[in-house]
Amino acid sequence: MHSNRFRKTISACVTLLTGVSAAVVIAVLIAILGYIAVTGISRLNLEFLINDPKPIGESGGGIANAIVGSFILIGVASVIGMPVGIMGGLYLAEFASSRFGMVLRFLIDTLTGMPSIIVGVFVWTIMVKPSGHFSALSGGVSLAIIMTPIVARTTEEMIRLVPHSMREAALALGAPVWRVTLGVVLRAAAGGVATGAMLAIARIAGETAPLLFTALGRSYTSTNISQPIASLTYQIYYYAGSPYEEWRSMAWAATLVLVGMILMINVTVKILARSRRS
Amino acid sequence: MTTKRGPRREGAFGFAAPLNALRGSLSPLDWLFKLATLLFALAIAGTVVAITLQMVMNTPLTFEKFGWSFVTRSVWNPVRDDFGALPFIYGTVVSSVIGLLIAVPVSVGVAIFLVETAPRKLADPISFVVQLLAAIPSVVYGLWAIFVLAPLLRRHIYPAIQSKLGYLPLFQGNPNGLGLLTAGIILSIMVVPIITAVTTDVMRAAPQSQREAALALGATKWEATIIVLQNARSGITGAVILGLGRAIGETMAVTMVIGNRPEISASLFDPSFTIASAIANEFSEATTEIYKQALVELGLILFVITFAINVAARLLVWAATRGQGKAADA
Repeated sequence: MHSNRFRKTISACVTLLTGVSAAVVIAVLIAILGYIAVTGISRLNLEFLINDPKPIGESGGGIANAIVGSFILIGVASVIGMPVGIMGGLYLAEFASSRFGMVLRFLIDTLTGMPSIIVGVFVWTIMVKPSGHFSALSGGVSLAIIMTPIVARTTEEMIRLVPHSMREAALALGAPVWRVTLGVVLRAAAGGVATGAMLAIARIAGETAPLLFTALGRSYTSTNISQPIASLTYQIYYYAGSPYEEWRSMAWAATLVLVGMILMINVTVKILARSRRS
Repeated sequence: MTTKRGPRREGAFGFAAPLNALRGSLSPLDWLFKLATLLFALAIAGTVVAITLQMVMNTPLTFEKFGWSFVTRSVWNPVRDDFGALPFIYGTVVSSVIGLLIAVPVSVGVAIFLVETAPRKLADPISFVVQLLAAIPSVVYGLWAIFVLAPLLRRHIYPAIQSKLGYLPLFQGNPNGLGLLTAGIILSIMVVPIITAVTTDVMRAAPQSQREAALALGATKWEATIIVLQNARSGITGAVILGLGRAIGETMAVTMVIGNRPEISASLFDPSFTIASAIANEFSEATTEIYKQALVELGLILFVITFAINVAARLLVWAATRGQGKAADA
């Protein structure tokens, strides 16, 4: 056995080390966000947000195409993914037998853990290859596939928190099961389901890999979902690999827009969750 | 994964649904409603099966030509229609292992700090900040890595490593900043949140009485923490494997800094390629059918690896937090 003082010193050193590792992680986050903010802000202005990119050589121009494209892609994904995810989560929480539910949950969690590039390849094989062209719709489907398992599992978790007595009370009043489920249980869990949905949107807003060979990109604003469409993430990737200083600075400004949006969603969810708890 | 909060009665996957008991007494409309929800649930779960089948069906040419040797061949020559997956598997494994070697000590350190040292008022905001790291998109990490991290490593860190350890084959060659080591470093930042979150959950699930018993016997704080870590080791292993699964499937950031060269080289400074980055980089350029199929088959290999890893990790985490539903409600 070591002397007491030695053991206490070791203990203090380790405590210090764990504190240092926490500080390092926070410092890395600040370094990344700080660099994005400082570099991105110089290029960011109203014109950057409402104009399409200009050809290389002309100064000015913005990323309106990518902002519009990202919103359309997220919209398509949500229209498909939200109902499927919420209803699927309802089934898991309310109707599934223990064993069948286990199989479903296992497969759904497998989908959550699947690399998003594989989803892109999958959608390419079922949509882009047969139709012969890239499209916003196929990009939206890719994002929907990534979003549904997240929405389903958070919906399920939130519905499980609804007390049994609420279901029993509604059933005892003679309400049919579908009304109990949609009107009482889902409504009681609505806040939690909504925050889960917001987090899922924040997640797909940052996805690039599944868009590379589905939505591709486009250098001007388009709202046609059967044609390729731009997105913030693809635009950042494209600009990052370009040799032009002008495009690189646009990549940083686009990153500031994207990260700002995603962090805003995350912070909002955190604040909502806290206010719900208290 | 980390959002799994709330009561957990029958383990990670099993749970008796409250309305399941009503099976016999549903009206037709209710029955239809239940069927509709079932179809949606099946659609999500079925996607996994569909993805697997679709990828298998889209690789007949490569499978016919190379068979199982596709996995062990190290040639990648699209011009000659000659393909092998080994360089990509190598790059994937090595970059992920580097990422974990850096991330695991830091993540466990942060988790210990959050659970054992920091008061709740401080621990909550810190774990939120750590989770924000997981919210930053992969392509943003890539952008930062190209223009900030890689130049920093090229100018200051890599020359220093080379002057001290340059005699090792690991650190020879030309450290231009884009290569395996840089990819591993950016991966380490990206997997810290998941490993920290799961480790924190697992450690919180350890009963307080363990710590108190150790402290009452005269253990120092660190010695009591060792006891907790020992009992949580299967859960922590699960957390590490979950991080590995995340690292292996990571695409954009790695594609942007790994240098994209399908070669197996001993030096960590040399450019390499991962499975995911190969697909991201070459899929659009693949003009011949067999080239496309070789990339799809790479995707299939990636899927099988991440699938096995995720199953293992989930089983371990589930075993570690089983029956501790309340403790995981952090």
